[in-house]
Amino acid sequence: MFAYIVRRILYAIPILIGVNLLTFSLFFLVNSPDDMARMHLGVKRVTVEAIDKWKQERGYDRPLLYNAGAKGLAALTDTIFFDKSVSLFAFDFGSADDGRDIGFDISQRMWPSLAIAVPIFIVGILVNITFAMLLAFFRATYIDIWGVVLCVVLMSISALFYIIGGQFLIGKLLHLVPISGYDTGLSAIKFLILPVIIGIIGGVGAGSRWYRTIFLEEINRDYVRTARAKGLSELAVLFRHVLKNAMIPILTGAVVVIPTLFMGSLLIESFFGIPGLGSYTIDAIRNQDFAIVRAMVFLGSVLYIFGLILTDISYTLVDPRIRLD
Amino acid sequence: MKKFWFLPLLLVCGMTALLVLLPGLLGVKPVVLWTDRFIYLLVVAVIFLTAYIRHKPHLRLPWRHVLNNRRALVAVVILCAYVCIGLLDSIHYRQPLQGGNAHNGEKLYSVEVFSVLDTLLSHLRERTEKTYSAPFAYQLYAKETLSASDGSQYRDYPRLKYGAAHLQDPAGQRGQDILFKALLGAGQGLIIFAVFMLVMLAYLARRQLLSLKHAWRHCRHNDSMAGLRVALFTLAVLIILSSAIWKLSFFYHVFGTDKVGQDVLYLALKSIRTGLVIGTLTTMIMLPFAILLGIMAGYFRGWVDDLIQYIYTTLSSVPGILLIAAAVLSIQVYMANHPELFESVRDQADLKLLALCVVLGITSWTGLCRLLRGETLKLREMDYIQAATAFGVGHFTIIGRHLLPNVLHIVLIMVVLDFSGLVLAEAVLSYVGVGVDPSTISWGNMINGARLELAREPIVWWSLVAAFVFMFTLVLAANLFSDAVRDAFDPRLSMRGKA
Repeated sequence: MFAYIVRRILYAIPILIGVNLLTFSLFFLVNSPDDMARMHLGVKRVTVEAIDKWKQERGYDRPLLYNAGAKGLAALTDTIFFDKSVSLFAFDFGSADDGRDIGFDISQRMWPSLAIAVPIFIVGILVNITFAMLLAFFRATYIDIWGVVLCVVLMSISALFYIIGGQFLIGKLLHLVPISGYDTGLSAIKFLILPVIIGIIGGVGAGSRWYRTIFLEEINRDYVRTARAKGLSELAVLFRHVLKNAMIPILTGAVVVIPTLFMGSLLIESFFGIPGLGSYTIDAIRNQDFAIVRAMVFLGSVLYIFGLILTDISYTLVDPRIRLD
Repeated sequence: MKKFWFLPLLLVCGMTALLVLLPGLLGVKPVVLWTDRFIYLLVVAVIFLTAYIRHKPHLRLPWRHVLNNRRALVAVVILCAYVCIGLLDSIHYRQPLQGGNAHNGEKLYSVEVFSVLDTLLSHLRERTEKTYSAPFAYQLYAKETLSASDGSQYRDYPRLKYGAAHLQDPAGQRGQDILFKALLGAGQGLIIFAVFMLVMLAYLARRQLLSLKHAWRHCRHNDSMAGLRVALFTLAVLIILSSAIWKLSFFYHVFGTDKVGQDVLYLALKSIRTGLVIGTLTTMIMLPFAILLGIMAGYFRGWVDDLIQYIYTTLSSVPGILLIAAAVLSIQVYMANHPELFESVRDQADLKLLALCVVLGITSWTGLCRLLRGETLKLREMDYIQAATAFGVGHFTIIGRHLLPNVLHIVLIMVVLDFSGLVLAEAVLSYVGVGVDPSTISWGNMINGARLELAREPIVWWSLVAAFVFMFTLVLAANLFSDAVRDAFDPRLSMRGKA
C-alpha cells in the first residue's frame, strides 16, 4: 500500500512538470512580458520607461530561460522561468499585482470556500442518491420516466439562472436571507444557506440521473435476483445490496472532487460576495492578474492529481477485491 | 448501383452557385467570415453524411430508432428551427452605398456587415428606443422632462418612438390590440402550416398512390405515422407561435428593449448563431485530434500510447475553466498587441469567437480521446483485426477501414452530449470575462449586461428572461435529442463521470 502511494506520487511529478511548462508557455512564450506590460498600462501612449518599471516591479525584467549575464548556477536560477514557474513546486506563489502575497491570500480565503463547498458536496450527494434511489425503486413506471425528464429539464437550466433566480426570489422578494456578503464565525450561516441550497439544486439534475444509471446497472445483476429469491423486500434489496455495490462507481466520481473543494465555486462565490478562492480567481481573471491565475492553475492540478490518488486508495477500502500492490 | 453522392453533390453545387451568383444579382458584396467558412464546411459534411447514412441500411437502422422516439422528434424539429436561424445569420454581405460610384467607377460598399437574418429582421434592428422599455410597453422605462403644448415642462414617462406608436390611446386600446394582432398572426401561421401540410399530403399521396383523402386518413390513424404526427404538431405550434410574435414585432417590442434601446427579441435571435457556433465548431475542431490520437494510442501502444496518455492526462489535470481562462487571457493580450492582423472590429470579434472554440476544443478533447483509446484497445484484439494484420494490411488501412468505423458511435454520442454543455458554458465564460467578445451578441453577454439591472426598481427582468428562455429551449432540445441518440447507438455504453 505504502509503496503504491509512493509510486503514484512519483508518477504525478512528470504531469505537474507538464502543467508547469504549459502555463509557462501560455503566459510567457505566447506573449512576452513586454506585451503584458503594454496590456496593463494601456496599449497606446506607453513609454519604454513605464514598461521597464512595470517589469522590474514584478520581477519580469530577466531573461526567460537562460541568463547569459549571470555566473555559474545563477545563469539558470536568475530567470523568469526559475523564479515564477519552478518555485511553484515549493508552493511559493510569489506576489500578486497589488503586492499581496498570494500564498497568504490562499490560506486565508480557503476557509470561506470550504464553508460553501463542503456542505454543497455532502448534502448534494445525499440528495442525489436519495432521489436516484427513488427513481430506481419506481423504475419503468411513470414516476421514473417523468423523474428522468425532470432531471433533464433541471440539467438544461443555466447555472446562472439558478443563482440569479434564487437570489431574486429568496433574497429580494421574500427577504429571508441577505442577498450577498460574508461574516466570520457562526454568524456566517445566514449568508451560507442560500448559496448552499442553490448549489445543491443546480447539481441535482445531472447527479441523480447519473446515480440512477449506476443503480439500474446493479439492479440487473445476479446477486440482486438471489436476494429477491431469498424473500428480501425490495427496499432491503435496494439499500442493503444495490447501494453497497453501487458505492464503487459513486466513489470514482465523488472522491476525486474532494481535494478540489478547496478551490471553491467560481460562480456562487462571486455572485454571493463570499471572499473565497473562487471569487479570488474570478477577480484575478477580470483584472488580468496573471500571477494569481498561474498559481491557481498549478494548485488546481495538484489538488486534482491528489484526488486521483485518493480515489485509488478509497477503492481498496470499499472493495476488498481490489488490492494495490 | 446508385451513387449515394450524386444528389448531395448536386445540392451542394446548387447552393454554392446560389451563394456566388445571388449577391451579384442583388448588387451586394458577399463577406465570408472565418466562422462562416467552418459552418459552410459543416453543412456540406452533414449533407454528405446524411446521404451516406440513408444509403447504408445498417447505419440507417439506429437513426430510425432515434426518430421513433417522440421526445427526440420534438427536439429535432426545435433544433432544426434553431439551425435555420443560425444558418440565415451565417450568410454575410455588405450593402452598396447610395451614390457610391466614386472617382474610378468603383463601387463602394458600406462598412457594416449584415447577415440575411439582419435583413429579415431589419424592422427590429432599426427601431431602437432611447433606453429600457418593458415588453409590449408604450412608455419608456425612465422618466424624462417633457414639454407640454403650452410650453410648460413636466416629468413623465415619454411615449416610445416605435413600440405601440400606432395607438392613439395606448392605455385603453393596448390589450385589445395585442390580442387582435396575435390572433391575426396566429391565423396567418395556421394558413402557412395548412399549405405546408397540403403539399406534404400531396407528396405522400403521390408516393403511396393514394387519393388526398386517403392520405389524410392514413396520416391520422396509421400507427407508422405516429412520429410524423408528433413532428407535425410541434411544427404547427412553432409556426403559429412565431407567426404571432412576428406579427406583433412590427408594432411592439415583444421582449422589451435593453439599456441602449435595442430590441431584445432581435438580440436573442442573433445569439442563436453564437450559441450554435460554440456548440458545433468546438467539437468539429477537436474531433480530428481526439479521433486520431485516441485510435493511435490504442492501436500502436508502446511509447506512442505513453506519450499520448501523458499529453491528455496533463491537459485534463488542469481544472477546465482555469485552463480556458489562462488561454483566453493569453489570446486577449496577443490580440491587443497585434491589431494589424485584423481588418475590422467585426473580423476581430469573429476570430475571437473562433479562438474560443479552439480553446474549448483543446480542453474538451481529452475525454473523447480516453474513451477511444479504451475502445481501440479492446477492438485490436478482435479476430477481424488479427486477420487483417495476418493478411499484411497496412497499419493505416486497418485504422481507416476497420477501427474508425467501429468507434464512430462513441464519437457521435460524445459530440451530441457535449453540445448542450458547450452552449451553457458560453454564458458562464462570458460572466467570468473570458467568453466571446463583448461586441458579439450572445446569451452570455445579454445575461451579463442585464444581471445588475435586477437591483433596479421596478426591476428590469425581460432581457434576462428572454436570454434564459431561448438558451433553455435549445439546451433542453439538445439534451433530449442526445438521450435518444445514446439509447439508439449504444444502450449499454456507460458514460461514467459524464452523465
